[in-house]
Amino acid sequence: MKKIEAIIQPFKLEPVKEALKNIGIDGMTITEVRGHGRQKGHKEVYRGQEYNVDLLPKMKIELVVTDARLNEVVKTLTEAARTGKIGDGKVFIYDVAEAIRIRNDDRGETAL
Amino acid sequence: MPYRFWVAMLAPTLALAQSLPPQTETRIANLENAVKSAQSAGDNSWMLISAALVLMMTGPGLALFYGGLVRRKNVLGTMMHSFGLMCVVTVLWAIVGYSLAFAEGSVFLGDLRYLFLNGVGAAPNADYAATIPQQTFMIYQLMFAIITPALISGAFAERMKFSAMLLFTVLWMFIVYFPLAHMVWGKGGFLNAFSNGKVPCFDFAGGTVVHISSGVSALMCALYLGKRRGYLVEPMKPHNLVISVIGACLLWVGWFGFNAGSAVAASGLATSAFVATHFGAAAAALGWILAEWMRTGKPSVLGAISGAVAGLVAITPASGFVQPFPALLIGFAAGVICYFMVTLVKAKFGYDDSLDAFGVHGAGGTVGALLTGVFATNLINDGYKDSAGKLLPLGWIDGNPGQVLNQLIGVAIAWGLAIVGTLIILKVCDAITGLRVDKEAEIEGLDLSQHGEEGYFFEA
Repeated sequence: MKKIEAIIQPFKLEPVKEALKNIGIDGMTITEVRGHGRQKGHKEVYRGQEYNVDLLPKMKIELVVTDARLNEVVKTLTEAARTGKIGDGKVFIYDVAEAIRIRNDDRGETAL
Repeated sequence: MPYRFWVAMLAPTLALAQSLPPQTETRIANLENAVKSAQSAGDNSWMLISAALVLMMTGPGLALFYGGLVRRKNVLGTMMHSFGLMCVVTVLWAIVGYSLAFAEGSVFLGDLRYLFLNGVGAAPNADYAATIPQQTFMIYQLMFAIITPALISGAFAERMKFSAMLLFTVLWMFIVYFPLAHMVWGKGGFLNAFSNGKVPCFDFAGGTVVHISSGVSALMCALYLGKRRGYLVEPMKPHNLVISVIGACLLWVGWFGFNAGSAVAASGLATSAFVATHFGAAAAALGWILAEWMRTGKPSVLGAISGAVAGLVAITPASGFVQPFPALLIGFAAGVICYFMVTLVKAKFGYDDSLDAFGVHGAGGTVGALLTGVFATNLINDGYKDSAGKLLPLGWIDGNPGQVLNQLIGVAIAWGLAIVGTLIILKVCDAITGLRVDKEAEIEGLDLSQHGEEGYFFEA
């Protein structure tokens, strides 16, 4: 099992969800986050007082998939989230040691 | 006008009255009373609405405007400054404030004849407003007394103890506001142009009494209290400009009561002041954002609403004396000047006037008071006459350049009283309650440390 952690543009959340749903993935966890990579922030001015805002709003999607589906899911996700401009975000993939469904104690891939 | 119309219509009838039977005389007397009562009803309804409009400037107007400009942890504390003063000043006013400000007394302060509002009832007080109950005049003036100290709170926002704020305000009303209101507006006041004042100043709706006094006192507070912890190091962005926009719009609307209501009648002068007020606000908003656009490349919403407030401040003393186009000029000048006050001047001197109470009200009020001396004209206001009843020239454009000097003296007195009075009061409060919250409380925010609440709690 692999955990996919994708940080994307907030306005790309709906297209990504839709694309994942179309290939049969409908479980995921979403968090509103702020951060930046290479994308520079912007300047704000309030009554002459300047602020550089470099942590920008992003969405973090976390989902766990079977090893077999990993490539297909990542490809779908990145294609749906891509605009081709700086600031599109990143995807990180981790190994998952175990998955447990709390309701009935299912273990492993059946718990996904 | 309707009243004069009826008098003109009745004049030939009155000449015939001697030959008329007593029954007709009674009917004419009844008719005259009915005309008077109709005018009183018109004036009184406008003045009660104006009073409510001016209260709306403090709450929710100023509370929202200031509340949006602070950080989220201080939103309730800041709104409570305005709301708390709505209550505190009201009680003071009822007990002794109205009397000290508006009773006849010395040239500097009223006496105690209206203590506990004794004798302030439905009968008009012809010295101030002959067609409305004195009680209406009293409640209308109260709303001015409420907003003035609330304006100061912009300077000490985010760091003053609530207890100190209350004590400061009570002392400030006695030492600065009541005397200044009496000098400018009270019967026999030192600066009252319409009551044989020594130095006749024109201040229609409170440019000196309300805005210079609060703005300059605000500067003293900012200097005495010192900067907010983390000023210019930590971000101190306005936490919610949306509520500030709502607040500024409520201030704008409320200001019609403030300025047009200062005609104390539903008269042509009220209309003229209404128009000048609106024009001043609009031109000032444009002046501010144009200056900003040229300097930083973007016209901001905060700039537009700050400019509008600056224009409303500046047009306040002038509103009942100037024609519409000078009103646009006064507004535009105030917008540009106040923009440079809150950006260049504040940065140069380094004081932390948190919400720019001085930059907007002190500077805007001073600009407005001086320009009133330039643009005031008896084409708009025919209330200033010599003992023979001849109209006197008002401002420079009426051929009375010396009025600018009179205005300058009025401004200097307001500045002086605000500086000295406020510094003394701050010393006293510092000794009794202490002024600033301690370090932990300031970091935690006033909402939790002073009031035990939070403004926003979305998880509930």
